[in-house]
Amino acid sequence: MTHYSFNVNGTDYTVDVPGDLRFLWVLRDVLGLTGTKYGCGMHECRACTALAVDEPGSTLNPIPFATCSTPVSDVAGRNVITIEGLAHGDQLSPVHQAWLEVDVPQCGYCQGGQILCATGLLAANPNPTDADIDQILNICRCGTYYRIREAIKLAAKKINGA
Amino acid sequence: MPETPAGFTAARHSRRRFLGYLVAAPVLVTAAQLELRLPAGAKSLRLAGSPGAAGAGGPSAMTPVASAPQVADIVDLGDLLILACLPTDYMIKVTVQTDGTVLFDMPREENGQGISTGVAMLIADEMDVALDAVVVTLADAQPSLLFNQITGGSSSMRTLYQPVRTAAALARQRLVGAAAREWGLPAGSLTVSEGVVRGPAGRSATFGELSPLAAGSRDAAVQVTPKDPSEYKLVGTPVPQRSALDIVTGRQLYATDLDIPDAKPTMVRRAPTQRGALVGFANPDAVKAMPGILDVAALPFGVAVRGETFGQVMDAVNAVEATFTAGPVAGLDDEAIFEQLKAAAVPLAVPDVPGVDAAQLRSIDLEFEWSYVNHAPLEPNVAIADVRPDRAEIWGPLQNPIVTLQEIAAATGLKQSAVTVHVTRGGGSFGRTLWFDAALEAAQISKAMGKPVKLMWHRTNDMRQSRGHPPTYHRLRANIAGGSVLSYEHRVSAVQTAVNPGLGEAMSYAAYRAPYGETGYDLTLFNTTVTCPYNFGVVTEVLDELDIRLWTSSWRSVYSYDTRCSEEIMVDQIAAAMGQDPLAFRLAFLKDDRMKALLEKVAEEGDWGRTMPAGTAQGLCANSRDRGYGACLAEVDATDPANPRVTRAVIAVDAVLPVNPMSIEAQQIGGLSDAISVVFSASNPMRDGLPVPDGWDQFGQTRQGQYPMEVKVFVMPRDGDLPAGIGESGVPNTAGAIANAYIRATGKVPARFPVNPVTITDTTPAGQIATQDSGPIPGRFRYDY
Repeated sequence: MTHYSFNVNGTDYTVDVPGDLRFLWVLRDVLGLTGTKYGCGMHECRACTALAVDEPGSTLNPIPFATCSTPVSDVAGRNVITIEGLAHGDQLSPVHQAWLEVDVPQCGYCQGGQILCATGLLAANPNPTDADIDQILNICRCGTYYRIREAIKLAAKKINGA
Repeated sequence: MPETPAGFTAARHSRRRFLGYLVAAPVLVTAAQLELRLPAGAKSLRLAGSPGAAGAGGPSAMTPVASAPQVADIVDLGDLLILACLPTDYMIKVTVQTDGTVLFDMPREENGQGISTGVAMLIADEMDVALDAVVVTLADAQPSLLFNQITGGSSSMRTLYQPVRTAAALARQRLVGAAAREWGLPAGSLTVSEGVVRGPAGRSATFGELSPLAAGSRDAAVQVTPKDPSEYKLVGTPVPQRSALDIVTGRQLYATDLDIPDAKPTMVRRAPTQRGALVGFANPDAVKAMPGILDVAALPFGVAVRGETFGQVMDAVNAVEATFTAGPVAGLDDEAIFEQLKAAAVPLAVPDVPGVDAAQLRSIDLEFEWSYVNHAPLEPNVAIADVRPDRAEIWGPLQNPIVTLQEIAAATGLKQSAVTVHVTRGGGSFGRTLWFDAALEAAQISKAMGKPVKLMWHRTNDMRQSRGHPPTYHRLRANIAGGSVLSYEHRVSAVQTAVNPGLGEAMSYAAYRAPYGETGYDLTLFNTTVTCPYNFGVVTEVLDELDIRLWTSSWRSVYSYDTRCSEEIMVDQIAAAMGQDPLAFRLAFLKDDRMKALLEKVAEEGDWGRTMPAGTAQGLCANSRDRGYGACLAEVDATDPANPRVTRAVIAVDAVLPVNPMSIEAQQIGGLSDAISVVFSASNPMRDGLPVPDGWDQFGQTRQGQYPMEVKVFVMPRDGDLPAGIGESGVPNTAGAIANAYIRATGKVPARFPVNPVTITDTTPAGQIATQDSGPIPGRFRYDY
């Protein structure tokens, strides 16, 4: 066992766990942050997406990663945002707002991962084309794909002030 | 957004009286007491087959021969469930709290299909309270509800519609009556809006204030007249799902998110073949000594491991050394299954057609194989169980919580009254959680370990040892003469579907498990859900099931998607044989005007017949199910035959009384995703008694890149007084259009669905579960992070 320190949603944590423990289980089973979901543990469905960010609690330069297959040792020293931390207090992000306006979720289980993936995409590419959106690999078993596409385009408009 | 006109059209005035039920309580509690009578939904029982009914310019050569109605046209599955619920509808209660909120503890499961929102809309509209004032919770298992706590068959809005609005109407009537009494005014002089009763001279009182005055001092049946559907203001308008804010902010709780004291992560090492039973567990001490592992237990279904984190439990599950019996499907693979299905298919039996010259008769024969397909909800099989010597408490996503409670009581030796089953919101189901496998296992593990457990299945197990739509073989024959279809025969030979644990409680489940019980349920379900909507002369559709013990359950639309899709392919082939356009042919041969209207809608909106590049094409289908109707126009690009894509879809749906067009649209866009999966890519091929795919990639789940960039859904305005089911139908409403577009694009009729299953070269060994190390966090945004 070794100590690993990192920041999640603006809070510093130090945990004493095996270094190869996947970060998803640190979030859920050690810290009790259950917004991040298990869908496969195989780096396939990306329901477990979280964001690596530059500053604690910020969403600056958000980079999505699959927590189900990322060892905690690779997260040491990093700043992380999970779906619980994407809103600033009651202030929803433009991606949140778009998701609500389009009424994307059905069962909702994958949606945290979808929203964080879209947040990373829009930060890297403020005007994603349909062909760009096609490349998203996050699985939605309910098949909300069309509304996800619409919500990403709507969020892009909100972010770009159109 | 769903495109539904703001106002209702074709409103009919048919205010019907119902008996409400006033429950003795300190605050107002009302319910419904409905009469036992046949449901009124059988209006589609009519023969439309006027020859050459294609309208102006339609091809006059087509002369449909009217077909007799089939069982589902007269009584469908939802009708049966409505009847099954009637005796306990008086227990469907709404409660008006003193703070003005209206509570409805819904005895149904919410899996994201939107019924919590739909029922809340109905209560708000009937009572004239704000939607936000209605609180819908998921009820614990309540065995006294008998058959009235099943969520399945797209029946929820159908079975809840009358009792909920009757109870709500009685509540409103009592509250207004209480205000009238207090003020000494006639009830007719009072108005209600947003949960406030108002009278002359500025008098007003809130529902919350009036509730204790309106409450019943003894149980009593009271006559009540709910609103005519034409009076509804909220019902019929698009309303977003009420849990959406909790979902997008990560606050929505699913079963494994619950903080139940000491319910530690638990997983099971399972057999390398379906239904293999544990024989020996060689290394319990070594497994228990692994980091973070707390308990192990050997049980018939495998070795359960409980630990501090799921990551450590997964490592321990793979370290288990266990032996299992071979089980009833050992050695079985797809080839042998389809051989058996073909051999068992009920022979076609074309009746003699008197007066028709044999030389004029022409037969069209088709056969299809449809693969075994997992339900694969994103939330795998899960349950929390805390079993003590004198009591048990269970949490899980459960569509049949009553029989769950009863079976857990039997398995743990507890009295039913000592078992509490809490229903949690499910992370998808598609029919998977009709069965309570995870809850029953969790209870057995908790009892064996003497501790609470949070059981979760690994995705690899969920793909291989969970349930699915069984493999099926279809043989179809149409006999045509000139412009008429004289007979249409469809034989479905299938591995048995475990459709549902009886009617959701112990007695009917016992009947289900009795010899031939399953077959009886299956035939009833097939006959009450599958119907050919065309005038094809003598129509016979027959299901024959083989007792091959694959893990199965009703999969969204159950028998419909493969049967109706195969049939819609036949429709196109008959049209081609007659030299007719697929649209004109359907308009001429469909029985029901509603379906014709939907087809015309998608043809118009989708620009049917437009010029398409080589390798691409349009396709059509029409469908009826659960007293609702659908049609679809799909466009498929098959220029890369190994990677066909639906590029565009136009869907029209007639839910008769659409409660929430926004959720109806959602069900259709989701059904389209399922249809793309089952027609193009998703399957669980069997090899050596176990499905091969170890996860999503090998299964072939549809992703964004396989889903069309353009989808339009048209929800027809209200044209009737009872809501239809709209969840199951999403798949058969669209699958046929995709298949027909693919066939028109490629010129080939596939023999097997899905047409492009994943080629699997390397997979996780049987019995093991897969784990992955994706390496360091990427330095920049990557789609494949």
